[in-house]
Formats: sequence, structure tokens, C-alpha cells
Amino acid sequence: MVETSPFPADTEHVITTSKVNFFYGATQALFDITMDIPGRRVTAFIGPSGCGKSTFLRIFNRMNDTISGTRLEGDVRINGEDIYENGSNVVRLRRKVGMVFQKSNPFPKSIFDNVAYGPRIHGTHDRQQLAEIVEKSLIRSALWDEVKDRLETNALGLSGGQQQRLCIARALAVGPDILLMDEPASALDPKSTIRIEDLIGELRNEYTIVIVTHNMQQAARISDYTAFFYEGHLVEFNATKKIFTKPREKQTEDYITGRFG
Amino acid sequence: MWKDKAMRLLMLSAASTSIFLVALIFIFLMKESAPFALKPGLGALIDRQWIPVSFVQEHFGILSLVTGSALVTGLSMLFTIPLSVLGAIYIAEIASPVEREILKPFIELLASIPSVVLGFFGLVVLAPLIKNLFGLGTGLSALTGAMLLTLMAIPTVITLSEDAIMSVPRAYKDASQALGASDLQTIFQVIIPAALPGIIAAIMLGVGRVIGETMAVLMVTGNSAIMTWSPLAPVRTMTATIAAEMGEVSFGSLHYQALFWIGLVLLAVTFILNVIAQRVLVRYGMMK
Repeated sequence: MVETSPFPADTEHVITTSKVNFFYGATQALFDITMDIPGRRVTAFIGPSGCGKSTFLRIFNRMNDTISGTRLEGDVRINGEDIYENGSNVVRLRRKVGMVFQKSNPFPKSIFDNVAYGPRIHGTHDRQQLAEIVEKSLIRSALWDEVKDRLETNALGLSGGQQQRLCIARALAVGPDILLMDEPASALDPKSTIRIEDLIGELRNEYTIVIVTHNMQQAARISDYTAFFYEGHLVEFNATKKIFTKPREKQTEDYITGRFG
Repeated sequence: MWKDKAMRLLMLSAASTSIFLVALIFIFLMKESAPFALKPGLGALIDRQWIPVSFVQEHFGILSLVTGSALVTGLSMLFTIPLSVLGAIYIAEIASPVEREILKPFIELLASIPSVVLGFFGLVVLAPLIKNLFGLGTGLSALTGAMLLTLMAIPTVITLSEDAIMSVPRAYKDASQALGASDLQTIFQVIIPAALPGIIAAIMLGVGRVIGETMAVLMVTGNSAIMTWSPLAPVRTMTATIAAEMGEVSFGSLHYQALFWIGLVLLAVTFILNVIAQRVLVRYGMMK
């Protein structure tokens, strides 16, 4: 199907999937998805609701495992390692693959304890060390200046946009290589959305970012590569510029020009 | 127009019935117990001896009854809290749907057993067991009562704790798991802390239920009004005292008034427990 690879010759593919089928009980949600996601780039998944883009995203950190009755076929590798192999370590996988959810979900704990939660469960208890991780993560997520004087206050007192950046800091604190974002700005006001997008722009050189979004302008603004999903199928995957200017498939064109969706 | 007004008035009075009744009960308790406060004075209640009928010297000290209630309630909570909280965690977080379907009806069944039936079970089964186990003269003890009360408190505490755990947003669990936390870490470091106010309120209501329970403790605690902190000694609780003596007391006597004072103390304790539980719930946004 793909005539020419959209990726430069030296591209390193961090996530590779081959013939992935996914089922919720008897319902098949994903069909034969084969896809290579490049490292240290932003890849956006777009498509109408129910097209399977979030389901596909949640395969990369095995979050679908928490839903009973789900089943996966095919091969999913991260850095060459089969993450669904028997005996594969989910804890280690999730340390390497962080996730930010659609609705910001800080714990009802202090700002400090939210960010320190990940390092703590993975065995870091030294206060000094934790403080460093917390500061670094909050600086990274562009929240430090706003909260440095109230780290001990409850995180639920932050605004929606701040909460989402806190969740990003919390994900960064365990030192992942990959960040999965499931419509991270869809519940935010335009100003907070811009801040999240800027933040993704700052993180793009250090992390492999995969972002699911409903908002096509957002995909066009922030991503290097875009994948269009429709009814459980990967319709087209290409450089973002190509997808939005010269889509190969008619379905993609119809969707991005707003003819359906 | 007048119909609307009449209807409104009718509904208002229906809704206010409980306020009216609580006020009435309170006034009645005050009225019946008031003379005691003047003579012999409330100081008479603070006495270790409860000898309400005597040809020599009557004593109306409720201290032994208060410690009796406290001992039985405290012991019961010692069993109830771990059992209920662990049980609630299991039902809410770990049990499969099938297990839940089996467990929940039994817990509800336990709640529906009349306390006098439980008391009977305590008298015939539990008391002999404790007697033989510890080599006592009688199996009627604070411990026996506490064990029965545990059976009565568990359904309340387990159900309310389970509600509190279930109401923790799924998103907290997702966030914790996505960070690589195990199920156990997620339960004890995120879900339980988030549900804690609800669990505390559940325990408070459980304490309220236990302290106010009468029939079972009357049957199995031995009813001797001695001041002790030994779990194996027979004790007498405030509720059992009222239930046992109210029927025979001569109307309007000092003994009669002293029993009303016990009632007032009980009312105050349960009221305070309820207020604390409500405060906790409101403070942590679990109740408006």
C-alpha cells in the first residue's frame, strides 16, 4: 500500500505493530493494524469517535488489560521487545511508557505527593531525591513557577489546565521514553489548550509522543506524523504535512475537509 | 389558590414531623430527669456504684455502666474495623462479579437477623465456647457481647465502606496503574486514602449502632454493674440497664430519673458521633 516511506532514512522506529487485531468480547475494534511509530517525534492519531484510535493507543502501555473480556492478536513491540509476550513485565513497561488521560486526574493529594507518587511506588523514598525529581518534572511540564510556593497544597485546588500539566509532570517523574496522550486538551479552554500544545512542542525532542486528538487543527499544529483511523482500520499514515495537503485516500480527504466525522 | 396553600401546609407538616418528634422526645427526657439534677444533684451520677434499690443507701453512679458500654463497644470495634474494611476492599476492588453476587446477599442477610435471635445464638453457642476456651466461671462477658455486636455492626460498616471505595473515581485507578503501580499499591496508596473520609464515617455510624444496641448485650454480657476493663469479666451497659430496669421501677422515683439520665447520656454520645461523621463527610466533599 505504501509506495514511498514517509520517514527519513535514519528514522528509528520505537513502537512497531504488526497485524494487530483487538476485541472487546465478541466485538472486533481493530483490524490488522501494522504501523511503525518513529522515536522522538510527535505522532497524532485522528479519526471520528469510535474509530479505535484510543483503543490502539492504550495497547502500547497495556492499559486495555484492565478491562475484562478484551483480547489482542498480533505483534506489538517497543524498542524491539514483544510487550505482550508471556512473562513480559507490565510494571517496567509502564515506567517506560507514560500516559496522560483525556480528563485530568490528579490524586486528591498534595501537588508534591502527586508528582512523587510514581517514584515512590518504584522505590525512591529519599526526601531530597524526591524533591529533585518533583522540581525537575514540574519545570519540564511548565508548571513549576505557578506552584513552587504551594507544593503541599491539594492538587484539586489547581485549575483544569494546571491539573493537566500536573498529570504530565506526574507521568514524566518516573522517567519514561514514550508519552501517550489521550485527547489531553479536549476538556480544556483554548488558552490552556495552547499551553499544553506548547508543552508538547518543548517535549518533542526528548520523548516519543503519541497523541490522540479530535481536533484536526491541533494534529496539524503539533504533530510530525498523522495516522487516520476509520472504523477500526488504519486508513492512512503519513507525514502530517502530506496528510493535510495531499491525502492519498479519499476517506482521509473527506474527513479532514469536514465532510464527515 | 387556597388548595395550593392547604396542600403546601400539609406537606410541610409531614416533612417537619421528625423535627417535631425529636424535640418532643428531648423535652420529655428533660422533664422526667430534671428533678434529679436539683436533688440529689448530678454529682450523684459520678459514682462507681449502681445500687438503685437498697434499704440502706441507694447509689446512682453510672460510671460502671459507661465503662461497660465503652468496653463492649471498643472491643467490638477492634473486631469490626479490620474485618469490615478488608471485606469492603475485597468486595469493591478484588472480587469477581460472581463472588460479589454471592457475598452481598449474605451481608444483607446478616443485617436482617433480629438482635434477639443473635442474642439467643450468643447465649447458647458463643457463651459456652468462651467459657470453656478461657476456663471461666461464666461465658457471659464483655467479650461475648462484643463479638455479637461485631456481627451486627459489620453489615453497616462494610456496606458504607464499600460505597465509599466504589465512589472513588475510576480515573485515579487508571492514573496509578498507568504509572506502573501494582493493584495492591493502587488500593492502599490511592483508593483507600481517597475513600478514607467515607470509611471513617462508616465506622462512626457503626459505633453509634453498637453503643445503642440493647437486646443482644442484655442477653450475653452478664449484667453485673462492676467497674472493670477486663474483656472476660461480666459487665453491664447503659442500654441494658435501661431495658432491664425500666419495667419495674416505681414511676417518678430517683431510680426512674437516674434511668432517664442514662438515656440522655446515650443520646448525647450518639448525637456527637453522628455530628462528627457528618462533619467528616462534608469536609471531604462526600456529602453536601
